[in-house]
Amino acid sequence: MKREVPLFLTAVIGVFMILSFFVPHQWVSVPADFLQASAVILVAFGYVLGGANALRVNFDAIYKRSPGWPYKIVLVVSLITTVVVGAIEGRTFLNEHMRSKWIYDWIYSPMSSTMFSLLAFFIASAAFRAFRIRTVEAGLLAVAALIVMLGRVPLGDLLSDWLFQAKWLPGAPHTLHLSSLQEWIMDVPQNTAKRAILIGAALGVMATGLRVILGIERAYLSGED
Amino acid sequence: MLALALLLAAPALAHAAAADSATVTTPAPGTPPAPRPASGLVGADVPNDAGKAIRLDWRASPDDTAGARLVTGYHLARATSPGGPWTVVDSLAAGTVGKTDETVDRGKDYFYRVDAVGPGGLTPAGSVTGPVHAASQWFNTTRWSVFTAMALFFGFVLYYMSSARAGKKPFVRRIPGIDAIEEAIGRATEMGRSVLYVPGIQDISDIQTVAGLVILESVAKLTAKYETPITVPVTYPIPFTIAEEMVKAGHLHAGRPESYDPNSVRFVSPGQFAYVATVTGIMLRDRPAAHIFMGSFFAESLLLAETGFATGAIQVAGTANVHQLPFFVVACDYTLIGEELYAASAYLSGEPRLVGGLKGADLMKLIIITAVIVGCVLETLHLHGLTLWMTTQ
Repeated sequence: MKREVPLFLTAVIGVFMILSFFVPHQWVSVPADFLQASAVILVAFGYVLGGANALRVNFDAIYKRSPGWPYKIVLVVSLITTVVVGAIEGRTFLNEHMRSKWIYDWIYSPMSSTMFSLLAFFIASAAFRAFRIRTVEAGLLAVAALIVMLGRVPLGDLLSDWLFQAKWLPGAPHTLHLSSLQEWIMDVPQNTAKRAILIGAALGVMATGLRVILGIERAYLSGED
Repeated sequence: MLALALLLAAPALAHAAAADSATVTTPAPGTPPAPRPASGLVGADVPNDAGKAIRLDWRASPDDTAGARLVTGYHLARATSPGGPWTVVDSLAAGTVGKTDETVDRGKDYFYRVDAVGPGGLTPAGSVTGPVHAASQWFNTTRWSVFTAMALFFGFVLYYMSSARAGKKPFVRRIPGIDAIEEAIGRATEMGRSVLYVPGIQDISDIQTVAGLVILESVAKLTAKYETPITVPVTYPIPFTIAEEMVKAGHLHAGRPESYDPNSVRFVSPGQFAYVATVTGIMLRDRPAAHIFMGSFFAESLLLAETGFATGAIQVAGTANVHQLPFFVVACDYTLIGEELYAASAYLSGEPRLVGGLKGADLMKLIIITAVIVGCVLETLHLHGLTLWMTTQ
């Protein structure tokens, strides 16, 4: 029963949600909307478990003096402070001049932006590795990337103008300009490959969904058979 | 005298009567004349919905032309009886000839009219349209194509699952990325270091997270078998509780339930970059020998994979987020592309019914490829039937 009931509920609700995609009638759409809204309540309970886990893991690390344990103290203090301040301020916690909002705007957001800004450097280092030409495929990738990069900046237009309007290749069609070439690469080969991946992934989504609904993929329920 | 008084009062009385029924504004002397009314208002229930909207179309006022500047907009008004009272549903710019009213109650009769508004005042429509009511439908007829495709797909999958169950296990090509998972765990074991498993950054509503968590069970089984520690940082609470179950299940299936470490699965934060800070911190402090990324990723994909690359760990990634695939391809040793992520659990488990499902998906792909080719040919011949049938709302 411990597994049969969840499997039965998964199957019934799964089929019902599929049905709601095809049946717009209120007898189906209203319960379907309700089920989706109910997920928010479940998630709220989940946060209690998650918060308890975060405290346990970090207290444990502090107690055992694991590497970087002073940072765990910062984490625990920040977590408790944010929760307490939010609880005191209640539903108005995101209003202007509230401490929770101040924490979000002046501590959390800048730190998130700092992490995000690192991406620029990581893209540079990853691109450097990606464009090392060792195989024919890597060569094609590098050439395509060079065209796309140049075709999207003013330098590409200048280069095209210089090549095609000066004495080098006078009268060459506009389709050979870097901006046109990059557009073609993005619209045709890139889009084709992307759509093929998306179609495959969409079928994978359906197959996984079906396996879960039918109870064939049941590992997520618990460790007991 | 009486006649003269009546004569003088007549325009005022007429104006009051008009204002009572339609709030007509009389232009002041010297202002342009009031616009001529819009006409031909037609209202109809919006099909294929739950009775939440009414579609209204009309012909613009003859004065609604670019140069005339006699019409500045229209007021769409609604009432529950032809005599009013009227409520303005929306104010619309000049040139507008249609609007969907999405503020209606299902099954209730409504009457509509369109008033033309201009510098010279407001002119109500000559007639009222109605009654119109919104009704819900039992089937969205624009989704027949999806229903057919889904029925076919489910049929194929079920057929191949049952035939695999009967003993006809289909061939599955080698997927190097999935084979590399065991290699990565083996390497971590040899080096005496841990394995880091990242099941994406999305909630359980994203099916990629489900796929990532299902693979986690097989990975946890291997790590338990080799007695290698595993760390699973998770973004959302529901995937967190499932991840805990998966790791426990892995240890149980490996015959080592006692080796399960409750701290191995960690709830971090749904904040994208807060999560990145934690995971990169784990990479740099704990130095896991293998990083496995399976699930839905966004901008953090390269931040994680490049940091992991810098630590020298063997990295295996899998995602169906097309825009993140190039980053993983560059920074990881192996990458599962799109559908391979969903095939991984079947591939790893080897369970005949799951493998049978893959065969069904392959057959559906063949049908889609055929439909794409046929669609291209038909569109080239200006035959739009297939395209229209496949267009959904």
